[in-house]
Amino acid sequence: MTQRQTAGGDVRLTGISKTYGSFTAVRPLDLTVPQGSFFALLGASGCGKTTTLRMIAGLEEATTGTVSLGGTDITGLPPYKRPVNTVFQSYALFPHLDVTENIAFGLRRRGIRSVKKQVGEMLELVQLGDFAHRKPHQLSGGQQQRVAVARALINHPQVLLLDEPLGALDLKLRRQMQLELKRIQTEVGITFIHVTHDQEEAMTMADTVAVMNGGRVEQLGAPADLYENPRTTFVANFLGTSNLIEGEVVSAGTKGAGTDIVVAAGGGRIRLSAGRCPAPVTSGGRLLVGVRPEKISLAHADEAESITDGRNRVTGRIVDSSFIGVSTQYVVESPAGKALQVYEQNIERDTRLVPGAEVVLHWNPAHTFGLDAGQPMDAGVESVEDAA
Amino acid sequence: MSVTDAPPAPDTGPEVRRPSTRRRLVPYWLLLPGILWLLVFFALPMVYQASTSVQTGSLEKGFEVTWHFRTYWDALADYYPQFIRSLLYAGSATLLCLLLGYPLAYLIAFRAGRWRGLVLVLVIAPFFTSFLIRTLAWKTILADGGAVVDVLDALHVLDVTSRLGWTENNRVLATPLAVVCGLTYNFLPFMILPLYTSLERIDGRLHEAAGDLYATPATTFRKVTFPLSMPGVVSGTLLTFIPASGDYVNAELLGSTDTKMVGSVIQSQFLRVLDYPTAAALSFILMAVVLLVVTVYIRRSGTEDLV
Repeated sequence: MTQRQTAGGDVRLTGISKTYGSFTAVRPLDLTVPQGSFFALLGASGCGKTTTLRMIAGLEEATTGTVSLGGTDITGLPPYKRPVNTVFQSYALFPHLDVTENIAFGLRRRGIRSVKKQVGEMLELVQLGDFAHRKPHQLSGGQQQRVAVARALINHPQVLLLDEPLGALDLKLRRQMQLELKRIQTEVGITFIHVTHDQEEAMTMADTVAVMNGGRVEQLGAPADLYENPRTTFVANFLGTSNLIEGEVVSAGTKGAGTDIVVAAGGGRIRLSAGRCPAPVTSGGRLLVGVRPEKISLAHADEAESITDGRNRVTGRIVDSSFIGVSTQYVVESPAGKALQVYEQNIERDTRLVPGAEVVLHWNPAHTFGLDAGQPMDAGVESVEDAA
Repeated sequence: MSVTDAPPAPDTGPEVRRPSTRRRLVPYWLLLPGILWLLVFFALPMVYQASTSVQTGSLEKGFEVTWHFRTYWDALADYYPQFIRSLLYAGSATLLCLLLGYPLAYLIAFRAGRWRGLVLVLVIAPFFTSFLIRTLAWKTILADGGAVVDVLDALHVLDVTSRLGWTENNRVLATPLAVVCGLTYNFLPFMILPLYTSLERIDGRLHEAAGDLYATPATTFRKVTFPLSMPGVVSGTLLTFIPASGDYVNAELLGSTDTKMVGSVIQSQFLRVLDYPTAAALSFILMAVVLLVVTVYIRRSGTEDLV
């Protein structure tokens, strides 16, 4: 295993693509995953994220482009010669082997005879010491998942690939395993590339998230950056929830001078910092302005005067409210948008804020972002069928 | 309305209980035809044959139960070559079936794609013709001066097989090779189908996982595919070996007096010599031997440990 001697290195995908007949699963894609990072490929099913992962593992042949690892081109290598290991969706543990032999499988294939010590260490890392001689079918889903992680990690791969590793677990266990995987990654310092459709999972675990849609990367960045500064409506809607309002640019503003863009929408004016709008802005043109539901405050229409000047405001009527403990979620109908979402912390609840009440939505202009109006407003909105 | 329509509670009690008793008996009623069938066509003949095997007498004077267990010893002493031959031929045929059937079953399970159904039908297709006719066809195929024999002779294959004692004087018909070929051909589907079933159940991702964990395709087969297909291997070999060791049609039609299997002996003892006790004793010995071989085999292959 000469590749294993290479002192680490980045995973570099250059112009990599995959087509099946006439269907393009992954469009030519350039991506660099820095060594030691926890990298997430996030997207809905069919966006090409798993295919990308499988091309790195060597389980799928790339139609075009190259995969390199620490400067070595590994595009032509079969999976068993690549210094990467995969944690498969639904784990793919060998049913005829016990936990110890499952974990030792990779070591034995590389001719290592005395596996006991290493397997013991791995079992400890994933906290499965008492289950060494169980068969996979005697384990719970969470335990199987940890065996799958141990089976891959024991080989000290340069990169660990995780294909929706938590998809089969229930919510509570998933939360727990997210933290555990993060802990393991910090402990072993191996590059993790994690494929998931769960935006919360990607944001909690990864240092860098690449949001994929339709076979291409829509946006790449740190979770907070993606959340606060989405560059497309898909990212704005897929990561959390966004209220998008279409309007006409009244004043284009200038990035350097610090003057704001002013947009006329829903009978009012919304201001946003020119620096937070990646789209080209021309006076008189259309623009989508967005704001996250938790950034908005609600005031009853009677108290509209008490709102501080300089805040963006939109008037509307509450059509629905749901109490979920830490916050209350309101749906507001307004000339600016049919169903604006507002999340209010349950600190001082105004009892007048019930469905039917006339309200003013107001927020700090600094929390407003702008997007090109030329794209579909509902891209990336999760429908009920998608979530199922 | 809801009050007047509600049925009085006590009335429903017995009505609910009655179907539940009946329901408890349903499984037994469903089992009855099968149990009767086994009783009439399996248990009773077994008892009858067991009693026949310890009878003495002749056709003219009639047979009588005399607990003459010596018949077993005599039968074994007279016919042990046929027993050994049966096990040897059946074993060879089973091995050949496994060697021929495994690649085919593997191909159908993992590579056939949309042709899978068609290939499976082709595997079963020979069953549309009678067993006897198919075996007779092999008589023509392996006949002296036929294409198969000529080609094998030209390639000097028959020189080698004749030296090994599988064929004689460069002819195939009426030799052990012909009998084993016939057995292999006739029982091949019984090997392929269970093999296919257990291979088809293997999750393809296990192959990927093995490859991902540094196993070459050959090692993947040795360490993952083959162990997981063991249930199919075991049931396939049993389904081939057990009937093949009792078979007499192939030995009769394709063999000679030197290739007689124990099935032929039992048949002729019953139908030609009319020595019923010996025939019955031979049947029980065969049953015991096969049971022993199978038990040892299942123990050794350790299938109870497989998922």
